[in-house]
Amino acid sequence: MPATVGWVWLVLLFPLAGFLANGAISVLRLDAKRAVTTIGVGALVLSFLVAVAVMAGLAGAPADAPYVLSLWQWMPAGRLEIELALQVDQLSAMMLLVVTGVSMVIHVFSVGYMGEDPGYARYFSYLNLFVFFMLVLVLGANFPVMFVGWEGVGLCSYLLIGFWFENEAFANAGKKAFIMNRIGDVGFLLAMFMIFQAVGTLSFIEVFEYAPRAFAIGGTAITLITLALFVGAIGKSAQIPLYTWLPDAMAGPTPVSALIHAATMVTAGVYMVARANVLFAMAPISSFTVAAVGAITALFAATVALKQWDIKKVLAYSTVSQLGYMFMGVGVGAYAAGIFHLTTHAFFKALLFLGAGSVIHALHHAYHHTHSSEEAQDMRNMGGLRKWMPLTATFMWIATLAIVGVPGFSGFFSKDEILAATFARGHEAAAFYVLWAVGVVTALLTAFYMTRLMIYTFHGPNRSGEKEQQHLHESPWVMTGPLLVLAVLAIVGGLINLPAVLPGSGWLHHWLEPVTELSAAYLPEVHLSHSTEWVLLGFATLVAALGIIGAWRLLKPAALKPAREAPEETGIQKVLLNKWYVDEIYDTLIVRPIMWVSENVLWKVIDKGIIDGFGANGSANLARAMGWLGSRLQTGYLGTYVFLFVLGALILLRVVTGWEL
Amino acid sequence: MLLGPSLGLSAVLFSLGVAGVLFRRNAIVIFICIELMLNAVNLSFIAFAQQLGRSGQVIVFFVMAVAAAEAAVGLAIMIAIYRHKDTIDVREINLLRG
Repeated sequence: MPATVGWVWLVLLFPLAGFLANGAISVLRLDAKRAVTTIGVGALVLSFLVAVAVMAGLAGAPADAPYVLSLWQWMPAGRLEIELALQVDQLSAMMLLVVTGVSMVIHVFSVGYMGEDPGYARYFSYLNLFVFFMLVLVLGANFPVMFVGWEGVGLCSYLLIGFWFENEAFANAGKKAFIMNRIGDVGFLLAMFMIFQAVGTLSFIEVFEYAPRAFAIGGTAITLITLALFVGAIGKSAQIPLYTWLPDAMAGPTPVSALIHAATMVTAGVYMVARANVLFAMAPISSFTVAAVGAITALFAATVALKQWDIKKVLAYSTVSQLGYMFMGVGVGAYAAGIFHLTTHAFFKALLFLGAGSVIHALHHAYHHTHSSEEAQDMRNMGGLRKWMPLTATFMWIATLAIVGVPGFSGFFSKDEILAATFARGHEAAAFYVLWAVGVVTALLTAFYMTRLMIYTFHGPNRSGEKEQQHLHESPWVMTGPLLVLAVLAIVGGLINLPAVLPGSGWLHHWLEPVTELSAAYLPEVHLSHSTEWVLLGFATLVAALGIIGAWRLLKPAALKPAREAPEETGIQKVLLNKWYVDEIYDTLIVRPIMWVSENVLWKVIDKGIIDGFGANGSANLARAMGWLGSRLQTGYLGTYVFLFVLGALILLRVVTGWEL
Repeated sequence: MLLGPSLGLSAVLFSLGVAGVLFRRNAIVIFICIELMLNAVNLSFIAFAQQLGRSGQVIVFFVMAVAAAEAAVGLAIMIAIYRHKDTIDVREINLLRG
């Protein structure tokens, strides 16, 4: 093992130490803002540097087998032996860089964005804890360690969504995220049980090595296991039907949305599927389910994003939609493409969210100055902001072009690779062509709603109000600096995996080969001719251009009314604005029946009736009745006592002597 | 003296004592009945001593000494109760009733 790879535990140590230090400052209510900033951001910088060293070490000494750093034995129990072990291979090193890199940038941005929040120390301690758990998830060398990180990021997500817990709606959004994640986690747990039962181990290396012997290809066992794993991924990565928590998660501070709910945590499901690529490749039904759910989610979320007014909600649904793309990629067996899109998406979506954060920050300040209670996140209150915020507007446009897939930007290459991989499977079954078509339509919608967001936010007339306009200004460098870094990455991020038709080597594809080659044997050999690839690239460009131009021509920002004057929406627009009423449907079909059963059966009958009635009060009443019976003997009359005493003496005499009357 | 009639008399005296304790209300009378029971036992000790050796007579002295001490303590308690409650009827002395 190269020396630097052995340092990988340090990557975990720094954020954990940062969490403890900042947590202590928060609990003790120390006034140490500079110290909090230094610790919080410093931990991430150190962590990122170590991650770079690990990556360099791994690149310098490429190995076929992953490096496993076993820290200590965790759960030895009979046949089950679980070690707290970290696994460094091409996939986890790549994720390590993305997670620590993007987190570092967002930590810096948070210094500006959260600077005036009274919970500054608490915020940074949670953020550091989140990075720690995310790294545990990425580095875990077996399913249980991964699950610890999996649960940990869910916890941090809950803590940060409900960061402003004084607001009940925000606190409820946190609970919603946590509960929906837990539903998915059940699937992950079941999958772990089934894997252990079938293979007898939970370590990644062993499971993936023994899987071909333990399972029949396409058999029931492997299909059930992978479907259960995918249920976990659905919860964590916000896919249909467990996606509704992610848009609500926008209640948290915007940098949190950028970090957790766009760039890192929600991609955990994609990472997990890519990690377990052997298992998924052996179960074609599960893989197709993954791809289909991804495609449907992508389209569905994109339609909702078309009509949202909250700038963060648009981005939230866009995230759900892009995650759908990633699942489509890993579902059709293009694991490297899925990870590629995960990486580029982390860059441009973090940039979009931070840009939105910058806009919200500016608007919030303006409204704060004029004591207005207008909604700072509503796009109907924005407009023409490029005049005041030229840097933010430029960076946001770069991110928009990247997500839309304009040639040259990172999103173009990653999205195209997923679509091409799906198209290539089309000769097996026409269903893959359908998935591809869904992906293309989604790309069109993506171009449309992203352009809409940009037009309504940065172009046209300003709708925030006369007085407010004087207080609008560009964010400080501590916020625009991170935007610049991410903007550069959003442009050049595609270079890591240029397709073969362009003079590119597909570096990421080759880099991940030691991880993905395990599944290669179970996937059909697919190859697209260069001409087909060119046609697909051209088609994707056309779709992106169509979306942007269409939005530009159709939308009239000049006619838009501010939020307080906006007329009621009608027809399909209203349905989209209300997100197809999915929340209401879930409420009626699931939440209310559960609440009804909980209140009327579980609480009133079982808890109050049986447990309290028979158990708690029943035993107390029994003891009281026996006591009452016993107390009848205590008459207080001497005669009674003596009588009983004599009676007892006589009985004793009879017993001892056997004397007969 | 014959053993049988002595034990018979002892049994009769003891039963009278028990009956008195059970059915009389006046604490002094109950007290006397207890003495009666003690003396009934003494009588049977004497009767057995005549047959089996003198150690029984020693026990009788022992019992008489204890009975004297008990009489002193018992009467003192009764006086205390009387001062407290103006009665020594045992039916009235029932503070410990459950």
